[in-house]
Amino acid sequence: MEKRLTIALMDAPYEKAATTTAMRIVSAALKKGIHVNVFAYEGAVTLAMKDQVPHANPVKGTTVEQEEHPTTKEFVRSLLELGKSNPQLTWVNCGLCVDERGAINVIDGVKRGSPADFLKMASESTNTLVIPTR
Amino acid sequence: MSNYVFIESRDPFESADTSFLADTAASLKKRGNNVTVFLVQNGVLAARRQARKSSLPQLFESGVTVLADEFSIRERGIQSGEFHTSVKTASIDQLVDLIVQENTKAVWH
Repeated sequence: MEKRLTIALMDAPYEKAATTTAMRIVSAALKKGIHVNVFAYEGAVTLAMKDQVPHANPVKGTTVEQEEHPTTKEFVRSLLELGKSNPQLTWVNCGLCVDERGAINVIDGVKRGSPADFLKMASESTNTLVIPTR
Repeated sequence: MSNYVFIESRDPFESADTSFLADTAASLKKRGNNVTVFLVQNGVLAARRQARKSSLPQLFESGVTVLADEFSIRERGIQSGEFHTSVKTASIDQLVDLIVQENTKAVWH
């Protein structure tokens, strides 16, 4: 029987280590052949914003290339690539949260939805993990 | 009987409510459930023997399985010799295996 894991994320980029852990869980699950749904809520809708750019570090005097600054959109993109067919990663941003934050311009593959989608995802999944801000 | 997986991300020195999680996990174990506490991020700081405020001894006495994320341990430079002997290191793969078991409740803290 196919397994499916749903994860709800709420933290904005670069706030907490929980986002990194969540992405590690998503990656590990996909590599095991488990389908994954991510419902990004509140600040987490900005994880996939297309206009994110890496930056140099003027304090250390490093260039953009030397700094290799990671952006969360690239993490999301790589996870979507990993889950592009079977197993599949479905990434849904909460539409109301998107509108509030003006976070409309996101990378390809990220969908817009509502808490009703989260309910459907959770009800169709083997398990659901909610990672709250607190 | 159910399976419970508590993912503890909080440092016991920063968040007093880590003891609430330990109480809950121990109570569920006493009621006959399979209970695992998976330490991750700053939660792994509790796995050190010298961590006086840790609730882990309570979990060990209750028979709760305690795992610690090896990546979080490496990030914090914690050496294997510093650990409680009852703590087992685990990969994020093992966490995924635990939470996709049937009849399992996964709780992030």
